Amino acid sequence: MPQGADTDQPDAGHRAPSFGSTGRYVGAAVPRREDPRLVTGRGRFLDDIAVPGMLHAQFVRSTIAHARLLEVDLTAVRALPGVVAAYSAADLALGDITALLDRPLEEFVPTPMPVLSGAPQADGSLGKVRFVGEPLAIVVAADPYLVEDALELARVRYEALPAITSAEGAMAQGAALVHDEAPGNVLVDVSMFATEGIDEVFSDAHTVVEVRSSTGRQNALPLETRGALAEWDERAGQLVLDTCTQVPHQVRTVTAGCLGLAERQVRVRVPDMGGGFGIKCVVGREEIAVAAAAQRLRRPVKWIEDRKDALTASFLAREQQYVARAAFDREGHVLALDADVVCDMGAYSCYPFTAAIEPLMASGEMPSVYRVPAYRVRGRSITSNKAPTAPYRGVSRPQYVMVMERLMERAARVLDLDPVEVRRRNVITTFPYTGVNHITYDPGSYLESLDLAEQTVRDEGWYDVQAAARAEGRFVGIGYSCFSERTGYGSGAFAKRRMKVVPGFDISEIRMDLSGTVTVTTGTQSHGQGHETTMAQIVADKLKLDVADVRVEQGDTDRVLYGWGSFASRSAVIGGSAVGAAAGKLEVKLRELAAHLLGTRPEVLELRDGGVRPIPHAGDGVPPEGLSFTQLADVAYLKSHLLAKETDPGLSAVASFDVAGDGTFSNATHACVVELDPGTGGTRILRYVCVEDCGVAINPPIVEGQARGGIAQGIAGALFEQVSYDANGEPSCASFLDYKVPTAWETPDVLIKHLETPCLFTETGAKGAGEGGTIGAPAAVLNAVNDALRPTGVELDDTPIRPEVVHRSLQVTRSAAHGSAA
Amino acid sequence: MKPAPFDYRRARSVADALGLLAELGGEAKVIAGGQSLMPMMAFRLARPSHLVDIGGLGELRGLWVDDDGLHIGALTTHHQVETCTDPAVLAGWPVLPASMSWIGHLPIRTLGTVGGSVAHGDALAEWCLLTTLLDAVLVAEGADGRREIPVADFFLGFFTTALLPDELLVEVRFPAPAPHAALTEYAERHGDYAIVSAAVSLDLVDGSLRGGRIALGGVADAPVRVPEAEALLTAGTTHPDELGGVFAAAADAAAAAVDPGDDQHGSADYRRSLVRTLVQRAGVQASVAARAVDDDRPAAVPAGARRRP
Repeated sequence: MPQGADTDQPDAGHRAPSFGSTGRYVGAAVPRREDPRLVTGRGRFLDDIAVPGMLHAQFVRSTIAHARLLEVDLTAVRALPGVVAAYSAADLALGDITALLDRPLEEFVPTPMPVLSGAPQADGSLGKVRFVGEPLAIVVAADPYLVEDALELARVRYEALPAITSAEGAMAQGAALVHDEAPGNVLVDVSMFATEGIDEVFSDAHTVVEVRSSTGRQNALPLETRGALAEWDERAGQLVLDTCTQVPHQVRTVTAGCLGLAERQVRVRVPDMGGGFGIKCVVGREEIAVAAAAQRLRRPVKWIEDRKDALTASFLAREQQYVARAAFDREGHVLALDADVVCDMGAYSCYPFTAAIEPLMASGEMPSVYRVPAYRVRGRSITSNKAPTAPYRGVSRPQYVMVMERLMERAARVLDLDPVEVRRRNVITTFPYTGVNHITYDPGSYLESLDLAEQTVRDEGWYDVQAAARAEGRFVGIGYSCFSERTGYGSGAFAKRRMKVVPGFDISEIRMDLSGTVTVTTGTQSHGQGHETTMAQIVADKLKLDVADVRVEQGDTDRVLYGWGSFASRSAVIGGSAVGAAAGKLEVKLRELAAHLLGTRPEVLELRDGGVRPIPHAGDGVPPEGLSFTQLADVAYLKSHLLAKETDPGLSAVASFDVAGDGTFSNATHACVVELDPGTGGTRILRYVCVEDCGVAINPPIVEGQARGGIAQGIAGALFEQVSYDANGEPSCASFLDYKVPTAWETPDVLIKHLETPCLFTETGAKGAGEGGTIGAPAAVLNAVNDALRPTGVELDDTPIRPEVVHRSLQVTRSAAHGSAA
Repeated sequence: MKPAPFDYRRARSVADALGLLAELGGEAKVIAGGQSLMPMMAFRLARPSHLVDIGGLGELRGLWVDDDGLHIGALTTHHQVETCTDPAVLAGWPVLPASMSWIGHLPIRTLGTVGGSVAHGDALAEWCLLTTLLDAVLVAEGADGRREIPVADFFLGFFTTALLPDELLVEVRFPAPAPHAALTEYAERHGDYAIVSAAVSLDLVDGSLRGGRIALGGVADAPVRVPEAEALLTAGTTHPDELGGVFAAAADAAAAAVDPGDDQHGSADYRRSLVRTLVQRAGVQASVAARAVDDDRPAAVPAGARRRP
């Protein structure tokens, strides 16, 4: 039941959340405990770590987008004084990084990604390179300057092949094949749903609208680039790999696999991280090569990706094309949706998600917040000679939401209806709702967020501003986007996608020590989101502890039982529930121990004020002070002879959590007001409003930070960023001169309003909050630009929206208007 | 993104710097603020054998006005110009401090130098445009002493200037006051290199427009003046309506006169449109600045103008 908006929407009869915001900390603006160290320069990021004897690595990379490799000659590299080692693929002989789906070859073609390219093939050749920046050799030297001198001495000979640089080019008749195994350069081709009779719905419909949309290739661009520091620990018999990853256990698995080690022989540790946004939730080639070099040399080896490599040779995302049609009745009710999605996934599948992550997300979830009765979709991934892709914040949702929202706006225009009203007539309002895409949506505030966003824009007077501007011949537009976002995918949801490696659960271990304070592990991995704070809030509430007495342990595969890391807005939903469940088990243990020592039943005891105390008026003669946690820990560890026979010493517990069914959907409506400059084609954002609902916000300022950061990245995609390549596949964005990440100057302040529809099955009532901002912004901005362009009749459907295109749109109409006047 | 090996020498004086340049030969590069050179070295696009660091030469730092106009020492930072409070500078050349916010970002402006920007010769640099607009004189010092190079002879093309390898740019001089001038530009992000930049300076005499200068960046491989458009900068009044029409005509003439190229930042047609927009806007801004100072005569150097000590 949403609170915060006036609504009489009937409750669907769900029980209240088990825990909710009744505790002391969950829901409170607890200051981030990470911040004091981070803002005073005492954080410890990967590049802050230096160990004695440390060497520096960089990579010889392909300078050609598509070629047969003829020779990788490192002789001169090795001869340079100060170079300790240079290894080619042949030298290291490592296993490939292979991401698989449990699907037939017609639907999915695997593309194993070698750690280094150029390994001798069965036919005696060295194989191919498939993008500019592909690593061919790792060079290790005494300092980071010298290693770059050495890179220049590598001699690589290629036999160039035609580069595939676009989806059209990839699928053209007779196109060169990026992978011989993938005919037509198609890696993924799935057709889904195809509601019976959908063609008749289209042919009988009052109105059919179409949107053809393409989105630019983007870089998720964490401020901290990728990197790794590996060292062989002789005492532990372990390779210790410090790396900035969102998925430490998955890095361990792939590292062990490629190096031929057992998992116990690899320890992955994660220091403070400066962002990830998805490109660090896949396993990269470079960290494996660094590990292999350290293992061989028995010396610590560090690699810090430089910005040029981060912009050109890292993982990219988002380049998609849509052809979508929607059928509507006279009143603007959507009747059917038919979409064709093509994603340019670049040179290889990423581990563990594969090149199917984008088309499967788009195909599965495109109907979004709307009641779409009939649906058909074809989703494809093509491979090209560009850097591979990873699931960047939002993963396809920024694009398909943009297409859905364009369809709504176009239908409104054709039917001469208000675009917000068309949405209002179509959003899901009764929950749970099972869609045509076989997904069940849990309760959300789709209509309420839409109404509140529109009301806010109206109350602030932006419609009046627009009317006045239009009267003066200025171009002011108001745009909306309404969407939901599945957060916390459980193993069932990933299994539905037929992944071979099925993420989902999280497992936590909690220990209370002799001080009566606790340490809890989480398999999720904060890369800037403040998990040390939010996870502690959950545990502190559960155990009635001061939040300062809870330490959160993450990012160490030796200390954390297991984990799937952080992606897909899963940490609060799944990780938060797992730490809550572990705390719940410890709570039971504490009450049982206290009951044994006090000679009473656990049922009459509760946790309160740092101890186990009798519930008032139920305590049947128990001393009112009960036992403090330190007294209980004293017995559990130091006086175990006092424990009941069946009780193990110590105070610890392990619990896991997985999401049954289809997960939980956060939702939001974004509204954006823009003005276009007819002289330059520039778009200026005058106002940005976000009404979001992520259930119970564990820490509202952190949620707002997520929304603001996400919106900034969404605006970046709408107006600024694009990784471009020339016809030879040479990337043309090697620095921030050409890759136009917006700065604070270009990023508007955002008004954030909260609604709260608690999740019914998470420990706190929280839904995920990590990605929504990014998802909603492109559609809101694009719709606002189109609204501003309305007097011209031009409609734009592609992002990034280039000023030159806006300018041309405005000029064409001006001259047309001029012509008709003459 | 680490530079290739180089040797570093720190100059103790201009003479010392010239001596080092003569001694080290053509592969040596002068470094001042390093805001262009260091990124080029990090990408190994520039591979100087030696860097001659002139950053410590205080004698090349500062602005002053005398009978020869405004002198800006080559090592004066953009930020020093931006925050200059000298009334003589503000009265005669207000466009200079006002234009500085277009240069990159604050950290760049606090390190980057006027002389460094001019000597680098980037066609899109604000200082290259301003010197072109205002007929600046570039003062170079070599083994044979100083020579003055008119700006018309200085920028030779893409990152190419008339400065000789063994010369040091020591001063940028603006001989004539330009109280009614403005610079504007367009880029997708603030602080980026402009796609097109335009600067206009107006000669306003007794309430009428008697001529002016227009300079453009982003339309050729060096900043250009557009005489065809400048010829139209005449009007009998400074009334905004009439000036608006004059600037529109001049903007059209400027757009017609240029022959820009295409690249990933903008097509030729778009650049031409931006010329039209920006010349008009710079013209209006220059005239607004004029009305604001309520000036009907060319500004003389105020009595309080200080000489360099």
